[in-house]
Amino acid sequence: MEKEFMKGCEAVAEAAVRAGCRFFAGYPITPQNQVPEYLAHRLPEVGGVFIQGESEVASINMVYGASYGGTRSLISSSSCGMSLMSETIGWAISAEMPIVLFNFQRGGPGIGDIGPSQQDYFQATKAHANGGGRMLVYSPASLQEAVDIVYESFEIAESYRSPVYILMDGITGGMMESVELPEMRPEDYIAEKKAAIKKEWGLGGKQGRIGRTIMGGDFSGIPLQTLNQKLEKKYLKMEENETRCELYLTEDAEWIVTAYGIGARFAKAAVNRLRADGIKAGLVRPISLYPFPFEAYDALDYTKVKGVVSAEMSIPPQFITDVKLAVKERAPICIYNTSGGVILDSIEIEKMVREMAGKEA
Amino acid sequence: MKTVYKKPACLGVRKRNSFCPGCMHSIASRLVAEVLEEMDLVDNSVMIAGIGCGGNASFGYIDMDVGKAPHGRACALASAYKRCNPDELVFTYQGDGDLAAIGFAETMHAANRGENFSVIFINNALYGMTGGQLAPTTLEGMVTTTSPAGRGNNGEGYPMNVCELINCFKAPAYIARGTCTDPKNVRKTKEYIRKAFQNQLDGKGFSIVEIVSACPSDWHMSPKQCIDFINEKMLPEYPLGEFRSR
Amino acid sequence: MGKGKVIVDADWCKSCGYCLMVCPKGVLGVSGDVNRFGYRYVSPLKPEECIGCGLCATMCPDIAIEVYKED
Repeated sequence: MEKEFMKGCEAVAEAAVRAGCRFFAGYPITPQNQVPEYLAHRLPEVGGVFIQGESEVASINMVYGASYGGTRSLISSSSCGMSLMSETIGWAISAEMPIVLFNFQRGGPGIGDIGPSQQDYFQATKAHANGGGRMLVYSPASLQEAVDIVYESFEIAESYRSPVYILMDGITGGMMESVELPEMRPEDYIAEKKAAIKKEWGLGGKQGRIGRTIMGGDFSGIPLQTLNQKLEKKYLKMEENETRCELYLTEDAEWIVTAYGIGARFAKAAVNRLRADGIKAGLVRPISLYPFPFEAYDALDYTKVKGVVSAEMSIPPQFITDVKLAVKERAPICIYNTSGGVILDSIEIEKMVREMAGKEA
Repeated sequence: MKTVYKKPACLGVRKRNSFCPGCMHSIASRLVAEVLEEMDLVDNSVMIAGIGCGGNASFGYIDMDVGKAPHGRACALASAYKRCNPDELVFTYQGDGDLAAIGFAETMHAANRGENFSVIFINNALYGMTGGQLAPTTLEGMVTTTSPAGRGNNGEGYPMNVCELINCFKAPAYIARGTCTDPKNVRKTKEYIRKAFQNQLDGKGFSIVEIVSACPSDWHMSPKQCIDFINEKMLPEYPLGEFRSR
Repeated sequence: MGKGKVIVDADWCKSCGYCLMVCPKGVLGVSGDVNRFGYRYVSPLKPEECIGCGLCATMCPDIAIEVYKED
């Protein structure tokens, strides 16, 4: 394992290359420009293909096209860019294509600003495209976790034949941390994986078998319902096996702070200071946002938990809807949220817990 | 007895086509199948099919590997697919709405990058599948379901000459426009398709063949009338021939 | 002049008429019958006139025509 001090964008780009990604298409948009910039020189070094598309619409369709032939493909963008990709993300879900997407969230809605935010929560987890398709969505809180998840996501994407969406933001994209980089997947391993896809379901010229048509949908009536039933089974399997959450100091916790991604770093700092001051605080940090870790909230001991603070960088709040579903009114919930590039403040989180505790005491 | 003509083995085996009588997409698809077979490429080629009537041939009428593309995006898919699978013959099959309206950017930029795949582009002057709406290639004064007063009377602009536009780029290797109004033109169009595929095998870069085509149903004409309409109205706007051949 | 032979698959013909326009010998014509799709399919009404030039098949959008020619 090599240890490197890297910027978020470059760390996850390198992780993708090491995971066997050999095709990237993207388009310039702050705050993720270092991903295409890094891959522009890195991919050719490993015999991969890099294209800067004329738009995010073109770029996602390039990534989608490359996945037809079994090549491990990646796209990166930021908020508005992800919106431009929606139709084809829907196709990728429907046609069951294993592509990997990065979204480094910026202020929104509209062009918003180039600062970090968590304003794409609904889009990322509920409605990234028409048709109600689902895909795995992970939100790492550190660069090491981001590298590990990205490295794994190409395998998971292929095992489920599903897109995997890594939800980051302007901070995690721009900050630098030391990361241990995983081993480069050997070339024959990558070639085998591609050949297996071409044999099993991908395109490659029919080579003597019957020709295959891959499309995101089905025009022949009942088969579309059958497809959606098959996809639904896949989503249930994802919910069973791919849900991830971090529970930090929650066993005896009276005050739960819950946040995801970079938001959880602020929350953890607040929890640690509260603990040092004798206040029993704990953190519930969803890592997979789809499937949302409802069980993690069920595992809390509500005879002890007296209150929940939900923190996110979104006005109006979005993450809170799933938190409410998860807590099921077993404890009062306060919301602390910022927006428009204004980042969370762990002191504010701490203050909110103290206020709740104060009222309680 | 010598065989003068027999249908290609890869055509109409798995599925029939559902083109309208006299549709020239049907002739174009047949020519593509004939050329692929004659060049022994059926087993090693991938069609990236646009959305529209042309897509009709991509559900098994031609027994080959087909990757459907979201409407307009075929040239983006083909750019990536070809670069990742350089040993396979890759071509897009698109209509005028797919290629020149919603997919204009993808088409022009793939051409400008000089991507090494071939484009089969059917120009029938309107959106066929969806019932005959205005397309970028609709003729001046031509009535469609969304230019009821005739193109030009409501700010619809002018017919778009795609080959001439692409001819402005430095990268493309081959640009040709044919039609299927009579056997001579059918044979010439077939030859253009062959060249477009051969260029790709020789790594020469982007090739496009535009085929001026009849759409009897949405033109509300008989196939015979369509041929006259093409000769009298379409071809003056869309002159035939090879604009570039490297 | 070799003698030609044209076969029309009635099931595939959609009666578009392109072949009728190009046959130099007027061999083909709309038959009096209708196929299962309701198209008045074309058939060789004067087969003996066929010279095996293949122009009809060159135009046929629906691969309904096969043409042969004596060597």
